[in-house]
Amino acid sequence: MTRAALGHEPAREGVPEDRRAALRRDLAGRRLGRVLGWAVPLVALAFLWLPIAVLVGFSFNDAASVSTWRGFSLRWYENVFSSLAGDGSRFQTDLLLRSVVNSLWVAGVSTVVATTLGTMFALAVTRGRFPGRRLFDALFYLPVVIPDITMGVSLAVFFRIVFEAWQQWTGVRLVSGFGTIIIAHVAFNVAYVAIVVRARLATMDPSLEEAARDLGANDWQAFWRITFPILFPGVLAGALLAFTLSLDDFVITFFTSGVGTTTLPLFVYGLLKQRVPPEINAVSTLMILASIVLVGLSLVLQRRGARRDEA
Amino acid sequence: MAWLVLFFLLPLLFVGIASFMTRGAGGQPIQPWTLEHYQRTFDVFGPVIWRTLGFAALTTALCLLVGYPTAMYIASRQRPAVRLVLLFLVLLPFWTNFLVRTYALITIVQREGLLNEWLVRLGIVQDPVQMLFTPTAVILGLVYGYLPFMVLPIYAAVERLDRRYVEAAYDLGANDWRAFWQVIWPLTLPGVVAGSMLVFIPAIGAFVTPDLMGGTGGLMIGNLVQSQFRGRGNVPLGSAISMVLLVIVFVGVLVYARWGERSDP
Repeated sequence: MTRAALGHEPAREGVPEDRRAALRRDLAGRRLGRVLGWAVPLVALAFLWLPIAVLVGFSFNDAASVSTWRGFSLRWYENVFSSLAGDGSRFQTDLLLRSVVNSLWVAGVSTVVATTLGTMFALAVTRGRFPGRRLFDALFYLPVVIPDITMGVSLAVFFRIVFEAWQQWTGVRLVSGFGTIIIAHVAFNVAYVAIVVRARLATMDPSLEEAARDLGANDWQAFWRITFPILFPGVLAGALLAFTLSLDDFVITFFTSGVGTTTLPLFVYGLLKQRVPPEINAVSTLMILASIVLVGLSLVLQRRGARRDEA
Repeated sequence: MAWLVLFFLLPLLFVGIASFMTRGAGGQPIQPWTLEHYQRTFDVFGPVIWRTLGFAALTTALCLLVGYPTAMYIASRQRPAVRLVLLFLVLLPFWTNFLVRTYALITIVQREGLLNEWLVRLGIVQDPVQMLFTPTAVILGLVYGYLPFMVLPIYAAVERLDRRYVEAAYDLGANDWRAFWQVIWPLTLPGVVAGSMLVFIPAIGAFVTPDLMGGTGGLMIGNLVQSQFRGRGNVPLGSAISMVLLVIVFVGVLVYARWGERSDP
């Protein structure tokens, strides 16, 4: 029985009671929806950024604490940079720097190889006519969906078996190192590059290449003068993605690295697993800064590519 | 192509074969064939597998709960510049090294961390609460790590959404609730499914987050696999566990492929 029928509330003309109740619910729901509509995104952004902000803020803390502020200081940065000059402070900046150099090496080489192979694969799968094309197509997406740890473990097992066989055959003992890390990074990056380049290839007008051929260009000329320049933004985007993924990868590198090939993520992991040095906030802040610069750079590059497209 | 076959498919095949072999003295796989590792995986590590599935499902649900309104909010901003900045704010943490981000979160939730400091100071709790090395911390870490994966595809779906459908729903007398559930939600469902997959799959195979933030109660399949490869380890057992992980992921992908097809309008 409704309240109006009980006489508590005068029934208004024209609007039936159940409809008015629905409207009231609507209004309350709308108010709640509106508040949640901006409150949840706000909480999400705060959740994403607060830890980073705290990390950066406390990297300037005078105390070795990440919760109590004891005044502004650059001492952790000084520690990082001064042991660079070799004054024997506790923090091992030389190891940090070596890991950065290692990471850049691995990322650089694997990006070049993966971009070349990935672009070739993309062209072959899109253009080529050969049996089992669809199967190869699926092969691209496998490394993307497979868990990192499965891939890392499988490569570890693979290298172990291959190295043992090699030793029995030639007597030479191979060990994991840059070679294995780079092979592993290329293995997952090839797929990402191929996917990005294929997306670009799909939007390309095939008649442009035909026109070049009609005008007397051979295959080589048609590719380098027409196809490649059009494909280039895709290739560049793929290379950037490969470089970032390679720099960031921890799990697969973890399973394929050897002695003396510590990359930056492995170095950071080592720090976190042992007694965490207070300099780590400063190091992390520098890493965040570096990644912001990298993202900015890639955005500028992509903008340029887009502008050239329009021209 | 040869590269993928040689360094991707072949290694997977090796792991598959190794998982059926006996553990040798040095932890390496030797003959004869056996099923004992799979048996052990399900008998001994069954609870860890279920926990991993639970963690991944909960992470996906939380990411959806937070990510959907966020994507909706960003996509409904009028000025493109505002949309770009907000999107950038969601994406940038994602470009920061995963270990650094995990460490940043650890500094907040650890016993001497900022969160405990404030909880005590505000008198909400008497003594610092142990949050790090609990399952809660692992789920928090996973949500923190994978939230951008959820926001992006949903944002793309909302962006593509034809506003006229929503207006038509209102014109036909739908209230907010019905307009959302009968028009907006079905039209953005492909984004939701894609985002859920992008969160669920890496969460299933997570290793770093439970390793750094979980205690023994927060161990996941990834940690089991890794521990079989530490030192001499047990390569066949580790291989068997990672094969189980692989099958779970493939089932997820298949469900997605089926579902994704159906929800595509």
